[in-house]
Amino acid sequence: MTTLLEVKNLTKRFGGLTAVNNFSTSLVRGELCALIGPNGSGKTTIFNVITGIYEPTEGQIFFNQEDISGKRPDYITKQGIARTFQNIRLFKGLNVLENVIVGKHLRINSDPASAVFHLPKYLEEEKEMRKTGMTLLESLGLDRFAHEEPTSLPYGLQRKLEIARALATEPKLLLLDEPAAGMSPSDSEELMTFIQHILDSFDLTIFLIEHQMRVVMGICPRIIVIDHGEKIAEGNPEQIQNNDRVIEAYLGVVEHA
Amino acid sequence: MKLNRNTILTIITLIVIVLLLFLGETFLNPYYKRILNLCAIYAMFAVTFNLIFGYTGQFSLGHAGFAAIGAYTAALLTLSPDQKAVNFFLKPIVPLLEKVEAPFIIALIAGGLLTTVISLLIAWPALRLRGDYLAIATLGFSEIIRVLLVNMQSLTNGALGLKGIPGYTNLFWSWGCLAVCIFVVKRLVDSSYGRAMSAVRDDEVAAEVLGVNLFMHKMMAFGVSSFFVGVAGGLMANLISTIDPKVFLFTLTYQIVGVTVMGGMGSLTGSVISACLYTVFLEALRPLESQFTIGSITIPGIPGMRMVIFSILLLLVILFYRKGLMGRNEFSWDGLFRFFRRITKKDEKATEGKKS
Repeated sequence: MTTLLEVKNLTKRFGGLTAVNNFSTSLVRGELCALIGPNGSGKTTIFNVITGIYEPTEGQIFFNQEDISGKRPDYITKQGIARTFQNIRLFKGLNVLENVIVGKHLRINSDPASAVFHLPKYLEEEKEMRKTGMTLLESLGLDRFAHEEPTSLPYGLQRKLEIARALATEPKLLLLDEPAAGMSPSDSEELMTFIQHILDSFDLTIFLIEHQMRVVMGICPRIIVIDHGEKIAEGNPEQIQNNDRVIEAYLGVVEHA
Repeated sequence: MKLNRNTILTIITLIVIVLLLFLGETFLNPYYKRILNLCAIYAMFAVTFNLIFGYTGQFSLGHAGFAAIGAYTAALLTLSPDQKAVNFFLKPIVPLLEKVEAPFIIALIAGGLLTTVISLLIAWPALRLRGDYLAIATLGFSEIIRVLLVNMQSLTNGALGLKGIPGYTNLFWSWGCLAVCIFVVKRLVDSSYGRAMSAVRDDEVAAEVLGVNLFMHKMMAFGVSSFFVGVAGGLMANLISTIDPKVFLFTLTYQIVGVTVMGGMGSLTGSVISACLYTVFLEALRPLESQFTIGSITIPGIPGMRMVIFSILLLLVILFYRKGLMGRNEFSWDGLFRFFRRITKKDEKATEGKKS
């Protein structure tokens, strides 16, 4: 069991507001771990710092033993971290297949000039990109929509497409930010099965944010709970369910008469 | 190589265009030739603006300044030493440029390269900004360039401008450069790099976490775009033969933005069509600025009247074609045939309707 991601004493402040306070955790290869917490508890901020969108105020992040804190997002993605967003952020001007193969662009070897002059090496790469893109879409059951506009897809499939797009970058670690947001209970259950499926078939490690505890209880062996930017609990679903601080964070303090 | 219908049609069209250019160059009078040349130059401006804004989503308003760099470079390199002596009578020209005279193609390429270098130097800090802020910053830089042109008298002859620039630009040069420009831009936006640029336009953050190096791709769009802006500026200098800093006021940038929006953001076909329409209309509306009579009303000549009419036309286009004339569509033979089939089908339906 090797550690893939290690977050050490991470703190992120925005002016006077401390969004994340001294947060530490580590993920081992092949793990499926959930990060839960009430609204505004700092879950997405943690993801934003890991993926390089924000710089950490204090603390370090190690990925594969390499210190990636404060590095550019595209560099971090190249090292093998991909993510999805809470509010779907697909490229509206590109079709479904193109959305996916944008994720392949970071591994391109041809320079822009050989792309413009259609040198054989570039054409080969372009063909390969489209082929692997299609294979990926097929394996997720999205190949029928390859040439449609992403906004014409139903909501659930847009979520899937965003995951497909992230997988195209060939990540080792996938961060999913509220993948089940806005879904009906049955849909989110199906999505969780889907996540379990990609975890097994793409040799991934998944760190996922969820707002509702119920959704992750079934599939995540380990759950981290944060509130007001601080880790308040960590453990298996059963431990979490019976943890007083978690109940307090979600339901408020029980007042005794 | 197997030739299909579309390749054959393309080759035939290209031959026809070359023939037309040849006929135009030989038989048309200078006035019409000048309009046709300007069409190509404005089309280059619009195509390059489309690359920056329509495809990469960076609202840069530096086009006039960049065109000025290209124009002055090409002009200074093509002016004969005698003409330079005539031009620079207030303050002598810097000795380095006094005796230089380069062939037109070298002058154009040098103009393009210098524009690229300067625009990248400007873009380097400016591209950290987004949206409106980038627009304001680049507009400012464009004005700085113009003010420098006015004040660097020993290099640019200041506000007097440069006169007697040899008129090397002909239809082959201008439309040839446009063809190269369209070829490069189209191939670029259709490539993997172009997809990454579109991703940057649609959502910077999402593009970034998908591994797209934002800075590099914006710089690439900027560099390619400003190279051709510089070339177009050079063509313009050698077409109108007199340039001064006032030619490159920010109004030129606004015209380019207007033309590009009218053609459709993200459609090169639209840019070319709209640039041609704009240039031709602007000339066709010229009589409006002199005195004319409608019935019993006599309208005195008002300078700038044609711009008013043109603005109304632009408004109408935006009103009825919200995404510009072409939207994001490009010309294709299949599209053209589909279009004709639709029209003929409509006719058939109409006649059938009459029969029954």
